[in-house]
Amino acid sequence: MRKQVGEGFGKRLVVFHLPLFFFIVFTLFPFYWMFVTSIKSTHETYNRNVNPYIPVACTTEIAEQLRALRLNGPALMENCLYHWRYLLRDTLFIRWLQNTLFIAIVSTVVSLFAGITAAYALARLRFRGVDTFGILIFITYLVPPTLLFIPLSDLIGDMPLLHWSLLNSPWGLIVAYPTFLVPFCTWLLTGYFRTIPKELEEAAMIDGATRIQAMLRIILPLALPGVVSAGIFAFTLSANEFLYALIFISDAANKTVPVGVVSELIKGDVFYWGELMAGALLGSIPVALIYSFFVEHYVAGITGAVKG
Amino acid sequence: MGEVPEHATEAVAQPRLPMAAEESDARRLVASRSGWRPRAALDLLERPVVLGYLLMLPAAFIIFSFIAYPFAWGVWMSVTNKEVGMPWSRVSFVGLRNYFYLWTKDGVFWNTVWNSFVYTGIATVVKWVLGIWLAVLLNRVVRFQRIIRAAILLPWIIPTVLSTIAFLWIFDPDFSVINWTLRRFYTWMGWGYVKGPLWLADPTLALMSVTFVNIWRGIPFYAIAFLAGLQTIDPDLYEAAAIDGARGWQRFWHVTLPGIKPITVVVIVFSIIVTFSDFQIVYVLTRGGPANSTHLFATYAYQVAMMGARLGLGAAISLFMFPVLALVIIFQVVYLRKDQR
Repeated sequence: MRKQVGEGFGKRLVVFHLPLFFFIVFTLFPFYWMFVTSIKSTHETYNRNVNPYIPVACTTEIAEQLRALRLNGPALMENCLYHWRYLLRDTLFIRWLQNTLFIAIVSTVVSLFAGITAAYALARLRFRGVDTFGILIFITYLVPPTLLFIPLSDLIGDMPLLHWSLLNSPWGLIVAYPTFLVPFCTWLLTGYFRTIPKELEEAAMIDGATRIQAMLRIILPLALPGVVSAGIFAFTLSANEFLYALIFISDAANKTVPVGVVSELIKGDVFYWGELMAGALLGSIPVALIYSFFVEHYVAGITGAVKG
Repeated sequence: MGEVPEHATEAVAQPRLPMAAEESDARRLVASRSGWRPRAALDLLERPVVLGYLLMLPAAFIIFSFIAYPFAWGVWMSVTNKEVGMPWSRVSFVGLRNYFYLWTKDGVFWNTVWNSFVYTGIATVVKWVLGIWLAVLLNRVVRFQRIIRAAILLPWIIPTVLSTIAFLWIFDPDFSVINWTLRRFYTWMGWGYVKGPLWLADPTLALMSVTFVNIWRGIPFYAIAFLAGLQTIDPDLYEAAAIDGARGWQRFWHVTLPGIKPITVVVIVFSIIVTFSDFQIVYVLTRGGPANSTHLFATYAYQVAMMGARLGLGAAISLFMFPVLALVIIFQVVYLRKDQR
């Protein structure tokens, strides 16, 4: 805590510690709630007389085992991890995770390639049409998927000229995701490329390198942090995508995590709350971990994009 | 990376240092094996125009075939009576009938327009105010800085539908935490029994609940962006203001707010676009209900086009977003260009 002149502890508590504490509680409460629900039995979840903040059966079981100093796996499984076991063993969750990873990785690689080349052209080359192209990229960066999903689903269902249907296939999503990933990567990387001094490249070219060599050997290695963070954001954007995945994929086995959790763990009026919460938590953990390691990059990415 | 014969010999007209002998030999070998003249082609690549267009090609291809073309296709669909499963040979042109129908006869449509503006308006203002507040707080954090920032960012980065599912459960009127706490509070105060509101079943409350979740998700983005803006403000300015006798609020008003103005514009424009075109939160929490009272453009278009199979009408609904989005985007482009000059 940075001390400000003439500020006592009482005032600091009121203007700094308390508000920050409330913001953190406000932010994290839903995650606590997911966790608590996921380790309660369905019976306990629907018991209105029990304090919902505490998973009674599970904490009692853990306390008993701690007191007896004896690990009882099956009892723990029944009282705490029932929904987690059900989610991982009896639903297609693992399959959804694989689908999500595959789709996110392929569309990220495709978008990074197109993004790097376009961003280099925008940041370094002066030619007719380059400014128009830059504005075009920026506009497409701001076009939301909800404006395009109806025609896009029609086109994916019957690809023009080819007459293929990519509906219900991961490739349909791999084709669709670059629509928001390419503008995003290009925008982010253009800003990043511009921060690399031109002189480095020029020096290499005076030393006999061609422009392409200079780009591959000098600029790209220097831009690697930018490329990595663009890749991470692109990966998470595609792992989080919902609308296209909801519309394009109909078979339960081909779904991604967000769509699978929302559509397969709610059957008509029956909500599998325990499994839903476990799935929501498990689906968020990879993304959350990646980001917590790259918070600084994320901040730099936002501001870089803003300044670019 | 030397496998590509970028230039075949040292005898190129540009000033170059001599290459290592074996490397240039290898290049010559590769060059002679491939039948075409690499030098001419590669010299062409040195020209910014050629290289530029070549490098833009992949991105341009994706933008034209999967954004521009679908957009045009959507405009076309919106003036037809296309339905799911109807072959294009049987689809007929209906002019602006879909738009007129929505404008004059569709009861849900105007409700959707109203909701979209209320949702976007309230959410943007609240996120802006709370976002600045949180950014100022975060800027003062010294201990546990990383972990606090990571925690604050969580709502923004995890998949929206997954966190919204948690809110669906939080808002449950019978068994969940809000109403349990309310009931306990009433009993504790001796006010008697209260059932607790039906958060998602009352039209006004449902819209407010949906807006609340949007605010919860959006605050981290505002806060982190404003935090970055705060850190670009010169500390001398605060000192100068303090010397001039400016108190806390005055310093905030005259130094902090102007200091983060550039990033504020960008963040708000971006946020308006995302909020106005939102789909996931409403879809998960209410599906547009109760009785179609919480629809946004995207969810209503989804319901009409995907559930009701009327693709043409659905395309028209989502295109009604276009004028608003276009205005905001044009403002942003003009603002950024002015800023760069």
